[in-house]
Amino acid sequence: MDMKQHCVKLSVQPSRGLVDEKFTVLVQNLLPGFQLTIHALHQCEDGHSWEAFAHYTANATSIVNVSQDPSLGGTYSGVEPMGLLWSLRPVPGSKTGLRLRKMNVQTPMGVTISVYQGHQKEGFLDQVLLASVVVERWYMAPGVRRVPITEGRLTATLFLPSGPGPFPGLLDLWGWGGKLVEYRAALLASHGIASMALDYLTPKETGRMVDNDYFETAYRVLEQHPQILGSRIAMLGLSFGAGVTLRMAVYSKGLKLSCAVCINGSHVQPIDGPLEQIMTYFNKNVEKTRFDEDNQLICRDLMLPIPTDPSLKVDVGRLQCPLLLVVGEDDQNWPTYESAMDMREMMERAGNSHLLTVLSYKNAGHLIQPPFTPFTRASTFKSVTIPPFTMMALWGGELVAHSRAQEDAWRKTLVFLRENLYGDMKPGALFSNL
Amino acid sequence: MSMKPLCVKLSVQPSRGLVDEKFTILVQNLLPGFQLTIHALHQCEDGHSWEAFAHYTADATGTVNVSEDPSLDGTYSGVEQMGLLWSLRPVPGSKYGLRMRKMNVQTPMVVTISVYQGHRTEGFLDQVLLASVMVERWYMAPGVQRVPITDGKLTATLFLPSGPGPFPGLLDLWGGGGKLVEYRAALLASHGIASMALDYLTPQITKETGKMVDNDYFETAYRVLEQHPQILGSRIAMLGLSFGSTVTLRMAVYSQVVKLSCAVCISGSHVQPIGGGLEQILASFSKHAYKTRLDENNQVIWRDLMLPIPTDPSLKVDMGRLQCPLLLVVGEDDQNWPTHESAMDVKEMMDQAGNSHLLTVLSYKNAGHLIEPPFMPFARASTFKTITNPPTKVMVLWGGELVAHSRAQEDAWRKTLVFLRENLYGGMKHGASFSNL
Repeated sequence: MDMKQHCVKLSVQPSRGLVDEKFTVLVQNLLPGFQLTIHALHQCEDGHSWEAFAHYTANATSIVNVSQDPSLGGTYSGVEPMGLLWSLRPVPGSKTGLRLRKMNVQTPMGVTISVYQGHQKEGFLDQVLLASVVVERWYMAPGVRRVPITEGRLTATLFLPSGPGPFPGLLDLWGWGGKLVEYRAALLASHGIASMALDYLTPKETGRMVDNDYFETAYRVLEQHPQILGSRIAMLGLSFGAGVTLRMAVYSKGLKLSCAVCINGSHVQPIDGPLEQIMTYFNKNVEKTRFDEDNQLICRDLMLPIPTDPSLKVDVGRLQCPLLLVVGEDDQNWPTYESAMDMREMMERAGNSHLLTVLSYKNAGHLIQPPFTPFTRASTFKSVTIPPFTMMALWGGELVAHSRAQEDAWRKTLVFLRENLYGDMKPGALFSNL
Repeated sequence: MSMKPLCVKLSVQPSRGLVDEKFTILVQNLLPGFQLTIHALHQCEDGHSWEAFAHYTADATGTVNVSEDPSLDGTYSGVEQMGLLWSLRPVPGSKYGLRMRKMNVQTPMVVTISVYQGHRTEGFLDQVLLASVMVERWYMAPGVQRVPITDGKLTATLFLPSGPGPFPGLLDLWGGGGKLVEYRAALLASHGIASMALDYLTPQITKETGKMVDNDYFETAYRVLEQHPQILGSRIAMLGLSFGSTVTLRMAVYSQVVKLSCAVCISGSHVQPIGGGLEQILASFSKHAYKTRLDENNQVIWRDLMLPIPTDPSLKVDMGRLQCPLLLVVGEDDQNWPTHESAMDVKEMMDQAGNSHLLTVLSYKNAGHLIEPPFMPFARASTFKTITNPPTKVMVLWGGELVAHSRAQEDAWRKTLVFLRENLYGGMKHGASFSNL
């Protein structure tokens, strides 16, 4: 069945949305029963091409609505409104071990959504397009301001929500790979929280690892900011960032957190001595790392078994603010699940477990990111050691379960932050687009 | 009733949309019966501030939905989903005669939507905000390309829709104010039509030589479209507003080179001396300049310059010879051109010649001259700089009434897109993309 007499109409709404917003992909003016492939193509900042595709058959009304109709096959199947984003994968022939991360958050991610005739699997660039639109996905909502921070020798970027404020604040930490990664902080600011992305592993000045006072300085910058509510500051960390978050939440005199969010992290770390000691501790156990059948590195055993020695884990029984733990049960990089269980036990014994919420996701891996971020089960990873080494790290997780976990965890994280940062808020505080 | 224990939640969706897309404004977490003002603020490229506002009362669920709930008062009233945009007006204390036009279409128009307690009418900047969001309104959809054109001594910008094409093409002409005005062409490209905005009154070549362009300038522009690898040479339209309509009709009927699939004329007329060039047309207007009137506010009314519609066939385009579909958009309260009278005469000429099946007239009561894309703020009068030598600045009365004119803009745009789509895509062969039209 060809489409000579008709003009296929493709629309994606909204054509410009935040990265965590859903869109509706609608294909109209088809012939009933017509077979088509919907294809998504994205060229990331590194120049690599990512694609996703799905096979649909037009119903009697000659329409395909991705939010309502099932994909019969492709990079996802079934009814998946956002499958064209989270199932994006490097095109055939790409380097192995790629991971999609946007470093420049001031420009949108551009995705080309196209419709092809028939159920195609490959060679899309040579096929005849029936229709094509470009969709923009933004990390910064209109009016969000990006403010580079250099005071106190910090390497950081503050994102202020739009509006006059004042806003609650948040310190946003990533993990072992270092660098100044801004996209989650930008997105949080788009939801009304003034968020500072902090590079604490590769800051420019000394070449040495920072210590507690670095985070206390970052906290103070937030606390003293004229548009930030000094008494409403949270911390959010992923992976090693979660470990730092717990350490600061419990032991730092300079930090008073309204709440903390730890994604796929652990409380296991030597608590005496500087941050550098944690690295030493991990390196000591390096022989516990193993490889899977594809020679991908599994690091989760480094911290196992969870120590009983109290000097080797943050005493979460002393935690005084609400804590949200996000756990990918198939995390192959950190022993997140076991750590969460141990933390729960410590807090129950100490009597503060009412502060604890655990979101645990079967078959989700280590990299639990904002929704619709393409899933990566393993990718090349360059450590911040001297010298740095590149390896193929196994993060774990399974495509669909991990993508669902990202969506669910993000929604619940925003609710958790909102409740704890805005609860019994005094007048004058704005609360828009959270 | 104060809002101390609650945090008012304001959302505008989509937060980034095309200028002709509707948005939904929702205010939640209010106390039932709470009185609020929703306010819109925009600073245009010239630095002037524009505002609109409306008074609402929260319902029993503590919600205000601008698409469903009535404004009790303000710059608009009743249920008006997009009122906060089309009722934008210069803030108190502004210069007179302002008109909002975006010249840089590569950046969005930014509007700040805010919620204030109580039913306010002024002094917004000093009030305590309950909530505020920014909204972006874009003229270019994602993937639309902006291509400056200088070949053939044209001063023009081509906007290509996103996608591989090929696309139908369109020549977009504005009126007597000149300049290269890109926003309507950008928006048409966002709807799948490769559109070229053409400056024909103040182009580079005229600035350099002091001479006005002639018919071959438009034929060159047409050829650039026709020969473009991503444009379907047999599917080209022309759209003109005001004096741009004059040119459109002249080219549509008399040009041997320009073969149009269809034409759209907004607030224009077929009245013009048909021999000679643009200079002759402008000279004929000047000859009748004595017919200019001033209204009670000393605003200039120019509609009489072309009245009465001449019977002499050398003074109007022979519409009976038109061979392509024509859409006329008429503001019945147009005080600048005799659009209504011209449309009636065009209809009569085409009835007599037997080609009136080609004609569609959209006529809007109480709409004025400047029928623009939807949700553009209405200007009943504004300062206008003539392209005479030397130029003079006058306060021109365009006509129209706020609500009727805004409705006309919405309706005319939608029907214009349908008209273009039917005539540019009708009987289309395979291989053409047709997205987001």
